[in-house]
Amino acid sequence: MSLLAVEQLRVAYGRIRAVQGLDLRVDEGEAVCLIGANGAGKTTTLKALAGLLPAQGAIQFDGHRLGGRPAHEIARLGLTLVPEGRGIFPRMTVLENLQMGAYARRDRHAVKDDLEQVFSLLPRLAERKTQKAGLFSGGEQQMLALGRALMSQPRLLMLDEPSMGLAPVMVQTVFGIIGQIIARGVSLLLVEQNARLALKVCQRGYVLEHGAATLSGPATELAADPAVQAAYLGEV
Amino acid sequence: MDILAQQILNGLVLGSIYAVVALGYTMVYGILELINFAHGEVTMMGAMVAISVIGLGLAAGLPALPLIVLAMLAAIAACMLLGLGIERFAYRPLRRAPRLAPLITAIGMSILLQNIAMMIWGKQYIPFPPVFPQGEHRILGAHVTDVQIIILITTVLLMLALTLLVKHTRLGRAMRAIAQSQPVAQLMGVNVNAVVAATFAIGSALAAVAGVLVAANYGQAQYYMGFLLGLKAFSAAVLGGIGNIAGAMLGGLLLGLIESLGAGYIGQLTGGFLGSNYQDVFAFFVLILVLVFRPSGLLGERVVERA
Repeated sequence: MSLLAVEQLRVAYGRIRAVQGLDLRVDEGEAVCLIGANGAGKTTTLKALAGLLPAQGAIQFDGHRLGGRPAHEIARLGLTLVPEGRGIFPRMTVLENLQMGAYARRDRHAVKDDLEQVFSLLPRLAERKTQKAGLFSGGEQQMLALGRALMSQPRLLMLDEPSMGLAPVMVQTVFGIIGQIIARGVSLLLVEQNARLALKVCQRGYVLEHGAATLSGPATELAADPAVQAAYLGEV
Repeated sequence: MDILAQQILNGLVLGSIYAVVALGYTMVYGILELINFAHGEVTMMGAMVAISVIGLGLAAGLPALPLIVLAMLAAIAACMLLGLGIERFAYRPLRRAPRLAPLITAIGMSILLQNIAMMIWGKQYIPFPPVFPQGEHRILGAHVTDVQIIILITTVLLMLALTLLVKHTRLGRAMRAIAQSQPVAQLMGVNVNAVVAATFAIGSALAAVAGVLVAANYGQAQYYMGFLLGLKAFSAAVLGGIGNIAGAMLGGLLLGLIESLGAGYIGQLTGGFLGSNYQDVFAFFVLILVLVFRPSGLLGERVVERA
C-alpha cells in the first residue's frame, strides 16, 4: 500500500479551478517530484495535501483519510510541508525555529538526538544557533526550513520550490542536502521549477499541466522523453 | 523633593497596573491583530467578583489572609472563563471576517459586560472591604501604603512570569509562531484555536489580578471602572508598541509616571489654570503623540497598520 495515495484531487480558488482531478501516489521511502510550468497547480496541490486549502477528492495518508482535517492534525500525522518561500520564523532564533519543528513531539530525548543529527547534517546552523533567523540569506533560510522539517520526524516530507530565489551555488548546496535526506530513507514529494535537478534527485515524477497529471513515470524516462525535454528541460 | 518622590511612587504603582492590563491587549493583538476592547471590562469583573467573595467570606467569619487568596483565585477563575467565553463566542466566529467586524463586536462586548455588571452590582461605587494590610510607611520621603507595596511586588512577579512563559515555554513559542505566521505555525502542528484560547485565558487572569489590586488600592469599585482603565492600558500598549510584550510593560510604567508627574505639576506649569483633575488628559495626549510621530511605538519593530 502506498504511503500517500491521492485520487481525483480538486482544488479551487473561488471559481478558478487550480487542480482538477489529480491522481498521485508516493510509496514508502520513495522520492517523487511534480514538475510543470507556472500555474500548473503544483503549489496548490501541496497546500491542499497539508490542509491549508480546502480540497475535494480522496487523500489517503499512512492509513488515515485526510479529507477535511485541519492542518495541524495533518502535520501531527507526519505529513510535513516546507512551504514556498521557506516560512521560517524570522524573529525566532535558529534553535527556536528547530524547536518549533518538534512542537508536536513529546519524546524529549529523541528530539535532542535529532537536533544533534540536524546540526551534523547542517553545520552552518549549529554555528549560528542563537542568531535570529530573519538575518539569514535565502539559502541559509532554506537549510533552516529543511532542518526544522526534519525535526518533526516526517513520514513524508513535501518541499515546495526549494531552489526558488537562490544563487546557483546555493541551489547545488541545497540539492546536495536534499539528496542526503533522500539517502537517509525519508519519503519525499518535491515540487520544483528546476525540472532537471528534480528529476536527478527523485526516482519518479509527474508532469502537471492545467491542474492534472499529463505524464508520469520513472525520473530517467521522463528526463529522456522528447516532449518533457522540449517543454521543461530547455533542450531542442 | 518629597512631592517628586511621592509622584514617582504613585506613578510606578499606577503604571505597573497599566502594564499588567496592557499585556492582555498586546498579547491578543500580537497573535490576532484584534483590539479586545472588552479587556478593561474583564478587569472590572475581577474586582467585582473579588468584592462579592470577600463580602461572603467576611460574613462567614474567614480570616483576612485566606480570604484574600480565595478572592484572588475566584476573580482569576471567573475572568479566565469570561475571557474564554468572549473569545469563543464573540471573536472566533469572526476570525476570517473583515477587520472592522471584530472591532465593533469588541466594543459591543464591552458595553454588554458593563451592563451585566450594573445589573448585578448596581450603579453605585461599592466599597472594597479593608482585608488587605492597611499599614503606611515613609520611604525616601514618600508616603507608601502596604497595598502599594503589594501591588508593586505582585505586578513585577506577574511580568517576570509572563516573560518566562512567552520566551521559554512550548506555549510561549507557539504564541510567537502564530504571531509571525499563522499558516506556518499550523504546519508545525500548532492548534491555533487552542493557543488563542490559552492567550485569552492568560490575559484575562492578569486582568483579574490587576482589577482586584486597583479596587483594593482605591478602596472601591464600580461597573464603569474598566472603561477608563482599559483605554489607558490600551494607550500604554500602543506607546510601547502594540504586539510587543516588553513594550506593554515599558509603556505601562511610562504612562503611569507621565500621568502622575503631569498631574502633580500641571498646576505649577500652567500657573494654576489647570489642576490635577486633568490627570486623565495625559494618557490620551501621549497616545496622540505616539500615533502621530511613532505609530509603531517605542519598541515596535514595524508599522502594523494594514488595509
